Amino acid sequence: MNRRVAFAATIAAVLVFVALVAVARRGAPPAERPGTGAGKPVAPAAPSTPAAPGRKIKARLFYVADDGMRLTSVERDVAYGEGADEQAREIVAAQIAPVTSPMVSAIPSGTTVRAVFITKSGDAYVDLSRETRAAHPGGTVNELLTVYTIVNALTVNLPAVTAVQLLIDGKEVDTLSGHVDLRRPLAKNLTWVQ
Amino acid sequence: MNVRPRFFSLIAAIAAFVVAVAAAVSSQTSQPPSLSLLSREGRRALPIALVADQEFVALDDLAAAFQLTVREESLGAVTVSYKGKTVVLTPDQALASVGGRLVSLPSPPSRSGRRWLVPVEFISRALSLIYDARLDLRKPSRLLVIGDLRVPKITARYDALGPAGRLTIDATPRATATVTQEAEHLSIKFDADALDVPATLLAGSPSPGLVLGVRVADPTTIAVDLGPRFAGFRASNQPVDTTQRLVIDLVTAQTDAPAVSPSPTPTPTPPPVDLPPSFGQSASPFRTITLDPGHGGDDDGVKSAEGTKEKDLTLTIARRVKGVIEARLGLRVLLTRDDDRTVPVDERTSVANNNKADLFISLHANGSMRPAARGASIYVAAFDRDAAQAAAGGAERVPTFGGGLRDIELVPWDLAQTRHLDQSSAFAGLLQQTLHDRVPLATPPMERAPLRVLESANMPAVLVEIGFLTNPEQAKLMPGDAFQNAVVQALFDAIVRFRDTWPGGTH
Repeated sequence: MNRRVAFAATIAAVLVFVALVAVARRGAPPAERPGTGAGKPVAPAAPSTPAAPGRKIKARLFYVADDGMRLTSVERDVAYGEGADEQAREIVAAQIAPVTSPMVSAIPSGTTVRAVFITKSGDAYVDLSRETRAAHPGGTVNELLTVYTIVNALTVNLPAVTAVQLLIDGKEVDTLSGHVDLRRPLAKNLTWVQ
Repeated sequence: MNVRPRFFSLIAAIAAFVVAVAAAVSSQTSQPPSLSLLSREGRRALPIALVADQEFVALDDLAAAFQLTVREESLGAVTVSYKGKTVVLTPDQALASVGGRLVSLPSPPSRSGRRWLVPVEFISRALSLIYDARLDLRKPSRLLVIGDLRVPKITARYDALGPAGRLTIDATPRATATVTQEAEHLSIKFDADALDVPATLLAGSPSPGLVLGVRVADPTTIAVDLGPRFAGFRASNQPVDTTQRLVIDLVTAQTDAPAVSPSPTPTPTPPPVDLPPSFGQSASPFRTITLDPGHGGDDDGVKSAEGTKEKDLTLTIARRVKGVIEARLGLRVLLTRDDDRTVPVDERTSVANNNKADLFISLHANGSMRPAARGASIYVAAFDRDAAQAAAGGAERVPTFGGGLRDIELVPWDLAQTRHLDQSSAFAGLLQQTLHDRVPLATPPMERAPLRVLESANMPAVLVEIGFLTNPEQAKLMPGDAFQNAVVQALFDAIVRFRDTWPGGTH
């Protein structure tokens, strides 16, 4: 098991480095391109790289598709974060930010991010504000899309993150609205993405 | 001892009087009201006087009925004595003193000519404290039960369940009942001395084709007059707190005309079921189903723009499915909730696991941020690879009571469903087929997801989303009988097919 973790960490570090180089060479980010390449990792931050003001990375964010049954992915500029935890927080913050029509977010309005931290084993813990539950409209589809918006936003963009557990107001919760089991970290699942 | 025959005939006569008087009092307000006193010694009607909408009885009448001594004291007080114990009443005070203890009355004693009148509550609140037999005042029925007679209060309710129907009769305190079919009525005989029956057990004709009415046949028997579509029944007794609940599921003949819908607007009835009805226990080992109406209590679930709540919809459908399955298949159906209350997720699964259910169906209505989403979905539990491996961990060797070791199979509660995923998928497939052509299906109609309520189910389990309350078109249809009939029939058909493929001897 330890050997697996070490191997995964090495791979992740290499990917981080390659991605950073790619971002540095790319220059200005291209325009938004919805629905493409949901599974490709986008540049995460390297802990040793000094932060530059206004620096951005490209990340794939997830919104409710037109059919209302799945997510669709969109490439967006996201603020650069110092270190993996900080980069994860920036991605979550960008993901939960309100969007304008015709985009629809699966994240209940008023949701804010309280904290994000990543364990050595690649589990990310995302602590969201209580609005995530209190303002959730319910329904299995809604709940699946809310949960996998966050899970996929981190696992797709940060190769170091293999699974994500949502916390609400600093505490573990069973579900958001009675359906999806949130008692353990959930792995990336692109079934819920078009 | 020749006392018993005379005793029972006396009781029968008393009970007949009670029923008759209760009915007469409630239905004919023009006659002077009276309080029926029922005891082993006989019966007595005590006149009731209405003073400012309060019911009073004369102390003289009480004195005659209960061998009381009534005296007016010098200071205006009135004493009521029985075997050395005394109640003191004071004019203009809504109080009575019983052995130094004050009890309240709804109004003070009232004088009418030379007679003193007291509120009927005087009997239960004051007289009962000095009398040497139990006094059970049932004011709504104008009945006073004296002593230890068993006189359960009877209430009845009729629910239409698609073409079938269910009659629920409660007896409080508990009294078991025996149901027999006689010509064109069902006879329900209670193990009691008499019955406390309201004037109208069921208003009107509950179901013209199936049940014409419910009436009192004799002092301890109620008759259900049957309609032309009646084909059979199944009765079960179960205690609910201090009440004994008799549930009679009434089944219609398959070839008859459709049942009258409970809805004010005519709605299409579901297509007939393939199998003929059977009323006994199935010969198959498939015996028990747990239906889980999603949400409840503080948790409304999804709400439509018109205000339809998921929690209400799921409970209505669960009750209807339960009624049809019990009536037609003779299977035991448990509901994780039968009213509007909050039920923790683990408690829902516990109902199924602790009762060794053979199938668990969680009923829900869906919601999406996009109004375009529509259609029914069937979900089967999904587990990640680590969880599946943990569940397949195998046996553990434990010491036995008599010495030695024994291998036992340990499955974590949270992962119990991992062993039933194939069967769960099989049922989901059947349900997809039976829902198809009856209600719109989502795309795709079957999904796998880490749903909390399914993971601990130690039997085949699915979660069914019957449609989207966030879709304007579906939100209008889902509360209606036509849509619900279709869902109920689809669930019923899928359960029949699943039962028929159930491997024998697994339980």
